[in-house]
Amino acid sequence: MPTKAMFLMIRQLLQRPFTNPFPVKYAPKNVTKTIEKVKLGQMSINNPIPVPDGFRGKLKYDPERCIGCRLCITVCPANAMEWIPEVRKIRHYVTRCMFCGLCVDVCPGKKLPGETAPVKALSMSKEFLLADYDKYSDNLIVEPTSKEQSLNNQEPSSDQK
Amino acid sequence: MANDKVSKISKRYEIPIGPIHPALKEPIRVEAEVKGEKVVKVDVKRGFAHRGIEYMGMKRNAIQTLYLSERICGICSISHPYAFVLASEKALGIEPPPRAQYIRTIIAELERIHSHILWLGVVAHEIGFDPILFWTWKLREKVLDVLEAITGNRINYAMYMIGGVRRDIKESHILALRDMIDYYRKAADQMKDIFLSDPIYKARTKDVAKLSQDLALKLNIVGPTARAAGLRVDIRQDIPYDAYADIDVRAVVPQDIMGEVNGDAYDATLVRIYEIEQSLDIIEYCINNMPEGKLLAIPNYVALLTTIRKTQGEGIGAHEAPRGEVIHYVKYDGTRDGPVVWKVIAPSYNNINCWGPLLLGAEVADIPVVIAFIDPCLCCNDRIAFVKDENGRVLDYFEIHNMSVNKTMKIKRMLGV
Repeated sequence: MPTKAMFLMIRQLLQRPFTNPFPVKYAPKNVTKTIEKVKLGQMSINNPIPVPDGFRGKLKYDPERCIGCRLCITVCPANAMEWIPEVRKIRHYVTRCMFCGLCVDVCPGKKLPGETAPVKALSMSKEFLLADYDKYSDNLIVEPTSKEQSLNNQEPSSDQK
Repeated sequence: MANDKVSKISKRYEIPIGPIHPALKEPIRVEAEVKGEKVVKVDVKRGFAHRGIEYMGMKRNAIQTLYLSERICGICSISHPYAFVLASEKALGIEPPPRAQYIRTIIAELERIHSHILWLGVVAHEIGFDPILFWTWKLREKVLDVLEAITGNRINYAMYMIGGVRRDIKESHILALRDMIDYYRKAADQMKDIFLSDPIYKARTKDVAKLSQDLALKLNIVGPTARAAGLRVDIRQDIPYDAYADIDVRAVVPQDIMGEVNGDAYDATLVRIYEIEQSLDIIEYCINNMPEGKLLAIPNYVALLTTIRKTQGEGIGAHEAPRGEVIHYVKYDGTRDGPVVWKVIAPSYNNINCWGPLLLGAEVADIPVVIAFIDPCLCCNDRIAFVKDENGRVLDYFEIHNMSVNKTMKIKRMLGV
C-alpha cells in the first residue's frame, strides 16, 4: 500500500537540492589547503545567498564622526565596546558583538561643516564571514586609529581566513 | 537455557542518558529503569544548563536585559523579549503605539509557524522518517526568509523595544507575507496528508505519550501539549494582549477538529498543524487591518532609560510562546535603570513534568517520541534522562533512536506498506 509520504519522498529524490552548497558542494578533505587554493585563485567557491536590506553584519566605525558620547557603551548588551580615554573614542570587539544594532540606533553622529543632517559614526555592514583562528585578530577588532581604518578600507570586505 | 532467558528478562536495568552527551542537543539527565522492553522507573534530573542569566540581567540596564532575554533560547528568540517588554510596559505604564502592537503580533506568529514546522520535522526524525524531516525543514525556509527580510536576521531578530518595535513592516514585506501565507496554506494541507492521514505515522503516534486531561491539569502542562490533552488553555485567548485583543483567538483543541481527545502524540501533531493555519489567519488579519502611526512610545533610548530610572513599579508579562506560556516578572525600584528583580518561567519547565508519568510503562522504543512530543527547550527551562537495559547497561541516544526506527519498520511490515 503506497502512502502519500512515499510519493513525496520519490518526488524529492528527483528534485534539485533546495539548499545552496556554500562554500563548496562536499566537505573538503583538507580545509586549510582548500582555503589556500581559493586564495590563490585555483578554485572557485559558490557564492552565499545575498543578504536582505537591513541585515546586521560586522559593525563599521567612522572615528571622524564619533563625538565620544559613550551611548553605544551604555546600551550594548554584550559589552562589546571599550572606551579609550586617551583619544576619547571606542574600540569594538566583533567576537563579543551579538549583532543587535542597538549602538547604531542610539548613535547621534556628527554634522561636519556643510552638511544638513548629522551622519552616524556607527553602521552595520553586510559582512558576515567572520570566522577566524584568533579572536583578537585585526579583522575582529575595530580600532579608532586612522591607520587601522585605512587598512580596513583597503582590504576586501569578504576577507575569510 | 530456558531458565537463563527468564531470569534475564525479569531483571531490571538502569539506562542513564546525559547530562553532557554527544547525541543530546541540550543538557538534561534521564535515568530510567527498564525490564525487558518496558520502562518501570523514571527520574528526570534537570538544571545543567543554568547560566545565571537572570542575575546577569539584574546587573544590566533594561535595554541590555531585553536583548539578553532574547539569548535565553535560540528558537523562541521572540517569546522571551515579548514577555519582557509586556512586563516592563506594565511596570512603567507605557502604552505601545497600535502599529507597533500589530507588528509584534505578526513577528510572534511568524515565529510560531517556524517553531511548529521545526517540531514536525523533529518528530518525523525521531520515528525514522528522515526524508520528511528534510521536507518540513525545507518548508520552514520560507518563513525564515520572510523574517530575515523584515528583521534583518534569520534568528535573534532584535525587533522589540520597551514601548514598541524597532523596525517597520514596509509594503514589500507585506507582499512577501501574502506570498508566504498562500505558500503555507498549501503546505498545511500537504502536511495534513503526510502526517495525519499516513497509516504508519498514525500507528506510531496514536496512544503514545498519552496524557489525560486530569494529569495535564495536575502537572500544570501548558501550550500545545495541554491543548492536545483537550484543555482550552491559551494565553492569547485567556489574557489577550497587543493585537490578539482585537482578534478573537480561540485555543485549538482536538475535540473541535476530530470530535475526540486522546492527548497522545498524534493529537499534538494535529494541534500544531492546525495552529499553523490559525497563525496564518492572524497574520492575514494583522496585515489587512494594520493601523498607521509611529513605532515607539519613547523613541529616544536615553529618555527611556531615564524614565526607567525614575519609575517604581512591577509587572508580569505573559506571552503564548510556540511551546506554551512564557512568563516574565520584572520589578523596577526607581534607583537604577535596570530591573532589580527579573524572573523567567519558560513553558518547558512545566511540560517536562509529564515525562515521568508518560515514560512509565512505555516501551524503550517510544522514549524518543515521548521526549520530543512536548517540544522540550532545555536552554529555556534549564534543567537529563537515563535509559538502561536489563543488563544495567546505559542505552545511548542512538541505540534508542534505532529502536524507534526499527519499531516504525516493524509497523510498516505489519501494515504491508
